[in-house]
Amino acid sequence: MATTTAPSPTPAPKTNRIGLQVLDYRGGKTTLCAGCGHNAISERIVDAMYEMGVKPERVAKLSGIGCSSKSPAYFMSRSHSFNSVHGRMPSVATGAMLANRNLLALGVSGDGDTASIGVGQFIHLMRRNLPMIYIIEDNGVYGLTKGQFSATADMGSTLKSGVINDLPPIDTCAMAIQLGATFVGRSFSGDKKQLQSMLKAAIAHKGTVMLDVVSPCVTFNDHDGSTKSYKYMKDHEEPLQEVSFVPVFEEIDVEYDPGTTVEVTMHDGSRLRLRKLEEAYDASSRIESVHRLMQAHEKGEVLTGVFYLDTHAPSFIDMLNLTDEPLATLPESVTRPGREVLEEVMKELM
Amino acid sequence: MATTDVVPQEASGQLGQKRIVNDMSIQVATVNGSGSQSSNTVLLRSLFKMGIPVSGKNLFPSNIAGLPTWYTIRANKDGYIARKKEIDVLVAMNAETATDDVMSLTPGAAVLYDQPLNLSSLRDDLVFYAVPYDKLVAPVCPEAKLRKLVKNMIYVGVVARLLEIEMAEVENAVAKQFAKKAKAAALNLAAVKAGYEYAASNLTKHDPFVVKRMNKTAGKIIIDGNAAAALGCMFAGVTVVAWYPITPSSSLPESLIDYMKDYRIGKDGKATFAIVQAEDELAAVGMVIGAGWAGARSMTATAGPGISLMAEFTGLAYYAEIPGVIWNIQRVGPSTGLPTRTAQCDVLSTAFLSHGDTKHILLFPSSPAECFSMAQDAFDLAEHFQTLVFVMSDLDLGMNNWMSEPFAYPEKPINRGKVLTKEDLEARGGFARYKDVDGDGIGYRTLPGTDHPAAAYFTRGSGHNEKSGYSERPDDFENNMERINKKFETARSFVPRPEVTGSGKEKIGILAFGTSHWAITESRDQLRNEYKIETDYLRLKAYPFTREVQEFVEQHERVYVVEQNRDSQMASLLKLDLDAKLLTRLRSINHIHGLPLDARSVTDELMSMEGK
Repeated sequence: MATTTAPSPTPAPKTNRIGLQVLDYRGGKTTLCAGCGHNAISERIVDAMYEMGVKPERVAKLSGIGCSSKSPAYFMSRSHSFNSVHGRMPSVATGAMLANRNLLALGVSGDGDTASIGVGQFIHLMRRNLPMIYIIEDNGVYGLTKGQFSATADMGSTLKSGVINDLPPIDTCAMAIQLGATFVGRSFSGDKKQLQSMLKAAIAHKGTVMLDVVSPCVTFNDHDGSTKSYKYMKDHEEPLQEVSFVPVFEEIDVEYDPGTTVEVTMHDGSRLRLRKLEEAYDASSRIESVHRLMQAHEKGEVLTGVFYLDTHAPSFIDMLNLTDEPLATLPESVTRPGREVLEEVMKELM
Repeated sequence: MATTDVVPQEASGQLGQKRIVNDMSIQVATVNGSGSQSSNTVLLRSLFKMGIPVSGKNLFPSNIAGLPTWYTIRANKDGYIARKKEIDVLVAMNAETATDDVMSLTPGAAVLYDQPLNLSSLRDDLVFYAVPYDKLVAPVCPEAKLRKLVKNMIYVGVVARLLEIEMAEVENAVAKQFAKKAKAAALNLAAVKAGYEYAASNLTKHDPFVVKRMNKTAGKIIIDGNAAAALGCMFAGVTVVAWYPITPSSSLPESLIDYMKDYRIGKDGKATFAIVQAEDELAAVGMVIGAGWAGARSMTATAGPGISLMAEFTGLAYYAEIPGVIWNIQRVGPSTGLPTRTAQCDVLSTAFLSHGDTKHILLFPSSPAECFSMAQDAFDLAEHFQTLVFVMSDLDLGMNNWMSEPFAYPEKPINRGKVLTKEDLEARGGFARYKDVDGDGIGYRTLPGTDHPAAAYFTRGSGHNEKSGYSERPDDFENNMERINKKFETARSFVPRPEVTGSGKEKIGILAFGTSHWAITESRDQLRNEYKIETDYLRLKAYPFTREVQEFVEQHERVYVVEQNRDSQMASLLKLDLDAKLLTRLRSINHIHGLPLDARSVTDELMSMEGK
């Protein structure tokens, strides 16, 4: 992604549009396994935030419990972060966004954290269309407790020990679309270009973005018989579109063919371009997107891309008619009504 | 009956009978969903407006319509507003419970009953008045489907006539009750008058109970504790509220929604608050914690089962040091227990709620005025100590109508605690989130969104060092635990102090909290008047205990800890805190039948424990 580096006689470090280097978006050293998909996702987050020129101080990182939920410690140290309770990050994120509507909330969860213990809060988060990015780092197993199946594991997939999963998977994308999320997609930690474009579009969206990112667990779920392994993804990933993103602050250098590409204008004026690989697919239709997802399950494909996008639905902040200033820092003169109010109420009760 | 305190008696006019003036309890027995609440409010308000101290207590089932409900109004010239154990005037409207209701009365009580119930043959030591409700309601209420509701206004008229309640006040109360519905007001008033006229021409007064105007309620208000709490929270500057409906707490956030819509919309027409009905109590407290972390004054309201569900999050908030206020409107046990009956049964579970070594600040309001004032105390303490604060109300306080002095406008400025701004960070060059800089155990925090490169810190449970870096080192953990404990010790001198009454020189001390206060006040008078026993009394307002609590126990040979639970929960908490040599001084008086505590039960139990 091009940046607005000022021309300079001496080579200055590369910076983004707000003058920060990519270093300013880095986090602590990862403690996850070498080769873990989650680390690649952290890198994509760093790149997307850097390239979009998001001020790190504006970002609130939120997570539940699990390997995925540890990862916010490994990117963007200049952002506040809250490693909360297993499966309950959505409520913490909701509270934080209500307290300060100017934050950019980035939630990182896992398939266990979301689809099992947290499925209730996940559902209600999707319903509210809270402005936040919700990423599921989806590997089909519980890593920290050493490799039990999660609820997104496909039927028939096997554990390293040979145990076969008998239960159908929860498709978090189909669920999110049905429940009201306004930007829903699936990607793969190994698909750098697609994931990066989707993350940048997510930053530009005002509403709930739900991204399920298949992220192989190299220790417990990367063997033959796993449907969340690097090899399985290479063989079965079926992208719906070629996803590209043009931020609002960038000149458009390449025109697109309206016959094959859909361009969606995001809230901030940025443009998301979806070059269709399937002629008939329409990402503005809930019915069609859920239908296509169900079809993918029947065919054994791992469908990726932007499944559903609605840039017009009101967000939870709009629905609550919140004042423009963050509630957290409203002064006492605003939050404590005057004496005459108490007198009026008391009189009514006499 | 024989055991009531000094009974004022005057010669009655026509019958030469004794009159008991301004000292009675009226119980209306009905079925829930029958609309009797309006009638009872009118009665309560009429008495209140005649200057007579009153209280109204609703004993209701966990049901929408059709199960027995009792509403008790106590009018008392001396200002006793606790529940009175004995019923003086029964209004029997419910066929299902009528026999039991009548059989449980003490001799001399009056019974007003629906004629077809034919109750007068049950006993010969009561005064019975039959009222043909159906016959009376038909002419005043042509619309048949409304008669079930309007019928209740008939008993208001009959009671007004029999007790000599001023009709002008009844009319005012009806007008206020139906202020926005002129047609309903007229219809209901007609029913009141029909009852009044029927009683005037057909009933001869044989019971001694009457009321007479006095001047003890001038300038006072009537309010329930939940509405008072809601007002308190609004004036304490609450900004984020997340809640899940549960009896008896729901009316707190619901009142708050009403008040905030009226008084907390900014000049731009936008809300200076967010109130969210969450999907469950876990989400409610999660939102409170997320909002508290991000700097809002956040709160929720719940009851015992909700508190249980909040346990895990509570532990995280304790260790991550996040402010928030939780109102626990206590009630009896599980949701299939007696969820609509009052109790003080969550003292221990709330004090130590969650995993690991946790202990929380608790406040115990005993009146609507304290629900109002403790709201600010709770938020200030929560933000000052960066921890959750629980306000332990109960169903009796939260949902019943109480007389109160008007609330005083808060004079104390809001205390937002140790929060560093961008400018503070510039001056200091940075900060360590969990370092005890001031020696009080309380670190400095920053809010997400603070525009300074050194503002951010990573929030997690207890596994961190002073700089909020991840740590599993034993010394980091130990230091952290000790520092958090220091906050709790510091809090002892910040929480509301107990109220101590009496000479301070008596042998017997009584220690109680919350709504038990009203029965204790009356019981101490009973002990003095009937047994010549003087007592000192300490009313607890908070946990951790302040030094006055230890001193009070030291000063008394025997301290009766009165509480509305089975397991002496507050006494247990005291035993963990007091010097070992004092423990044998504590005795427990427990009250567990789900009804608001009455003075007579306390007096009887205390006397029996005194061996008298």
